[in-house]
Amino acid sequence: MEYSYSIFILLLPLFSFIILGLAGMKMSHKLAGYIGTCSLGIVTILSYLCAFQYFGADRVNDIYPTIVPYNFTWLPLGSLHFDLGILLDPISVVMLIVISTVSLMVHIYSFGYMHGEKGFQRYYAFLSLFTMSMLGLVLATNIFQMYMFWELVGVSSYLLIGFYYPLKPAIAASKKAFIVTRFADMFFLIGILMFGYFTHSFSFNFAGHGAEVIMGEGTTPFIMADYGRAITAGAMIIPTALTLMFIGGAGKSAMFPLHIWLPDAMEGPTPVSALIHAATMVVAGVFQIARMFPLWMAFAPHTLSIVVWVGVFTAFYAAAVACAQSDIKRVLAFSTISQIAFMMVALGVSMPGHEGLYDDHTQLGYMAGMFHLFTHAMFKACLFLGAGCIIHAVHSNEMALMGGLRKYMPVTHITFLISCLAIAGIPFFSGFSSKDEIITACFQYSPVVGWIMTGIAAMTAFYMFRLYYGIFWGTENKEALAHHTPHEAPLSMTIPLIVLCVITVGVGIYSTLGGFLGWEGSFGSFVSASGKDYIIHFDTQIALTSTVIAILSICLATYIYKGESQPIADRLYKTFPKLHRAAYKRFYQDEIWQYVTHRIIFRCVSTPIAWFDRHVVDGTFNFMAWGANEAGESIRPWQSGDVRQYAVWFLTGTVALTLILLCI
Amino acid sequence: MIPVECYFVLSALLFFIGVYGFVTRRNLIAMLISVELVLNAVDINFAAINRLLYPNGNEGMFMTLFVIGVAAAESAVAIAIIINVYRQFKSDSVDAIQNMKR
Repeated sequence: MEYSYSIFILLLPLFSFIILGLAGMKMSHKLAGYIGTCSLGIVTILSYLCAFQYFGADRVNDIYPTIVPYNFTWLPLGSLHFDLGILLDPISVVMLIVISTVSLMVHIYSFGYMHGEKGFQRYYAFLSLFTMSMLGLVLATNIFQMYMFWELVGVSSYLLIGFYYPLKPAIAASKKAFIVTRFADMFFLIGILMFGYFTHSFSFNFAGHGAEVIMGEGTTPFIMADYGRAITAGAMIIPTALTLMFIGGAGKSAMFPLHIWLPDAMEGPTPVSALIHAATMVVAGVFQIARMFPLWMAFAPHTLSIVVWVGVFTAFYAAAVACAQSDIKRVLAFSTISQIAFMMVALGVSMPGHEGLYDDHTQLGYMAGMFHLFTHAMFKACLFLGAGCIIHAVHSNEMALMGGLRKYMPVTHITFLISCLAIAGIPFFSGFSSKDEIITACFQYSPVVGWIMTGIAAMTAFYMFRLYYGIFWGTENKEALAHHTPHEAPLSMTIPLIVLCVITVGVGIYSTLGGFLGWEGSFGSFVSASGKDYIIHFDTQIALTSTVIAILSICLATYIYKGESQPIADRLYKTFPKLHRAAYKRFYQDEIWQYVTHRIIFRCVSTPIAWFDRHVVDGTFNFMAWGANEAGESIRPWQSGDVRQYAVWFLTGTVALTLILLCI
Repeated sequence: MIPVECYFVLSALLFFIGVYGFVTRRNLIAMLISVELVLNAVDINFAAINRLLYPNGNEGMFMTLFVIGVAAAESAVAIAIIINVYRQFKSDSVDAIQNMKR
């Protein structure tokens, strides 16, 4: 079979998890690290091989064919069945590249970052578990398998956030992350079950029987019998199910108001934040919408506006909060939320053209969302890993303790700057092309959304350069640096930075030139909504506007934050103390959730239910147990141990039965 | 020719003697003999009813032979148990092994 090696992409990390999990504590740190990294290295090679083979193959009817190398029925339930398998199509292959690349970089980086840490082997075991689950999520052949791996990534995220489990905040953060995402996943599960019940299929093969049942276009008797159900499904059920699934995706992807777990998740080790909470797991929601995209287009194009507005609000909210945070990882976390919201908006604004066909507009939004997912994963992982180097050198997350680090950490400085330029959307860096496509798609959807997103892009450039100047320029904190001078990170930490940076710049130059000149073979040739070759062509006007705005906001940030002292920033704090405080406190979202859960849900709902459970439900069962016990006690004396007595009773009973039968 | 009722009366007598012996005797061997009597009552019934209802058939007779075979095996096992009980409790009375239930 052609892609038979693809099973090893899943099995290798699983084996390394099992080996490290069972025998890790008996190994030296180095050996455990090598096992994890080598298996991931092989997975990366296989992923690239898979991508080359897949995209190198010929198109069938202008699209890359969907390939299912493995698929077997795991649980048959009548007409429904749960399958497990591997599905290769453009988006899953692109995700393979993203996940394996970032994961390999994080594995290498962790050698330096986690050096000498207690539980080093456990850390690598969990990294392997996470990588396996995430790869399984993107390779799933059906929504149920996706859900299983979806929960597995949730568990690995929980385990890794709580890696420093002796620390209270780490435990609280891991619990928060798990509970919030689980709460959202409940809606996802309800959506899946509704979808499965009405379409008789969990498969991602929407062109198969599932879609035909809904559309009722087929002519087989089975479909005709279910015609009424099919109409209901098409009109009501599919949009509802998709919206419920989106809530699950919003939980994982930290969309407002379910974003509260992501900033706290920064309690975990920094490489974990780079891998899970920036590059891969948090984009699972985006991937899910992209996966269900044909259904959104066919049955719920107007419901997508929910996705758009949730995305727009989240992007704005997170950008606003990011401007006021002082912890560098929190700034990056909010910037991640904001950027994921950009991807969500990009998918949301892809409306179908006339008669549900995929026109350029549909193609553009979808392609831009997936492209931004790809570029964002690279430069945001680079930013987080850079932040890890800085934290490693300064031993703190607080921006106040930093400043003037550019002299001490040249490699980190350059890579951080390049990634900041990429996220700000400067031409010839990868973020430019993807973000510009998103904004173009937004303008096609509605000018209002377009301008809002342009404004948020400007805010992005501003807060990223505020962060950059706060870390690398400005005054050195003499007190903090008195004990030791910060030093450049070891080679194992700088190499991943350089690799990710090279990808960012390489993709940036290629896609920027390609976008202006209309080259074939850009990202749109690989991934597009209909699968057909889509040639990226920049709208010069929008590209120019967004570049100018990005440069202006970088200049503004330079003007405010570059100097030794920051008079303008200080004056702004004094003029709007309340606004700054609110933004610093994330507009009190955590407090609101706290109030809602503790004061309303716990007190008014949970307490009565707990009382009912303890007294009524438990009481019933205790009564039944007591009754059985009493009955047993009362008939116990009958068992005397005298066999002749039993014989008499037996005989009497037989005679009595015989007499009764005779009388009847 | 002996009327068939005689067989039934004999079988009923044997059966109730067996049951009476099983209920009243304390000696394990005596109880085993009583059980054998009950089995023999059944054998007689099989043979008599076979002759009465299906004079040309032999199934009842076969069943009788089968019961005799099973009874032989059963008494072998039972005697083995009784010997072990006797070794353990130094008694062949059924009362001696009452505490087995605990």
